[in-house]
Amino acid sequence: MRRSLLFIPGNRPNMIQNGEVLPADALIFDLEDSVPAGDKDAARDLVAGALRALDFGSRECVVRINDLDTKEAKTDLDAMVRAGIHTIMVPKVRGAETIRSIASLLSDAEGAHGRQEGSTALIALLETAWGIENAMEVALASARVTGLALGGEDLSADLGCPRTKEGWEIFYSRARLVMAAKAAGIDALDTPFTDVHDFEGCERDALFARGLGFTGKLCISPFHLKAIHQAFAPSQEEIDRAAEVVRAMREGEKAGKGAVSLRGKMIDLPVVRQAERVLALAKAAGLLDDKELDHDPR
Amino acid sequence: MKLLKKARAGTLESGDIFVTVEPSDRLEITLESPVKEQYGEVILQTVHKLLDELGLESGLIVLSDQGALDCTIEARLTTALRRASDRGEDA
Repeated sequence: MRRSLLFIPGNRPNMIQNGEVLPADALIFDLEDSVPAGDKDAARDLVAGALRALDFGSRECVVRINDLDTKEAKTDLDAMVRAGIHTIMVPKVRGAETIRSIASLLSDAEGAHGRQEGSTALIALLETAWGIENAMEVALASARVTGLALGGEDLSADLGCPRTKEGWEIFYSRARLVMAAKAAGIDALDTPFTDVHDFEGCERDALFARGLGFTGKLCISPFHLKAIHQAFAPSQEEIDRAAEVVRAMREGEKAGKGAVSLRGKMIDLPVVRQAERVLALAKAAGLLDDKELDHDPR
Repeated sequence: MKLLKKARAGTLESGDIFVTVEPSDRLEITLESPVKEQYGEVILQTVHKLLDELGLESGLIVLSDQGALDCTIEARLTTALRRASDRGEDA
């Protein structure tokens, strides 16, 4: 479940420690933009130590490494795999070749540190025109890629247009990224909302992203987590409909039926998957427990 | 490991520790911490354990602790020692 993915600067110990209690679905420890050039080594040591020593519970631990074109990237990858990272976020992905290079380096690092090959997942951060136009090939470049994420700030700079709260300048990029992610069956993760003090604006932005098909949103402030979770929580009507689909499927399975219908309409696999996702979101938002699903109100 | 020059790592922010290391012919560790009375021994144990692992027997080490966790102390000391043993530019 990746509704909210919170960036944490990799060189700030107090903020890293707070990750143990923040209600984010994923924590992205950043070794890239938020760390000054002279402190890359320090941030790497700090994040690696925290990954080994602290208990982040069920939160997915992600590290944004430095750009593959820098001398830091390979050292970042090796140190993070050694420390047991779940997922690497790759910045400024331009095309499939970037992903294939990272995947090859990861295989080397996994072998060197006794981790199963392929066990480290990737999120590709698309933040250039090249990256957006190549979204589909990036999504399919490796089985490690479990999500495409949009970097709206750098993208706007690359497009040479001002970044606005309305976000029309990144509308095409959002839609293109969602389409590629959905076609590949992976997560579509929206760009962060950058006005830290505008909670309503953040919820509106997240609702808009959800409406386009995004499955979650990057986030630069813990104060935005509540707004994002509210935006990605399904409505009661959606929950009821999804529960009905899942119950019908369960009853059909019990009765040994190959195909199941609900109110005269066939239920096919995409409908069931969508219903299961809605129920998972409802559970994550505290709106549903398994007992409620077992109880048929009819 | 051998220290070749003076180097630093960390900050004086809450939850962090500022570490300075420099070459010397003896081992001397100075610790300043608002929780020195309660945790001074534990902090020094963490430092000695890391120095043993790295095989460092001499050097001047000054630690200005701001309530850092063990993993932060280890990370900052590791960074400072690596920087001090690097033949490249001063950190």
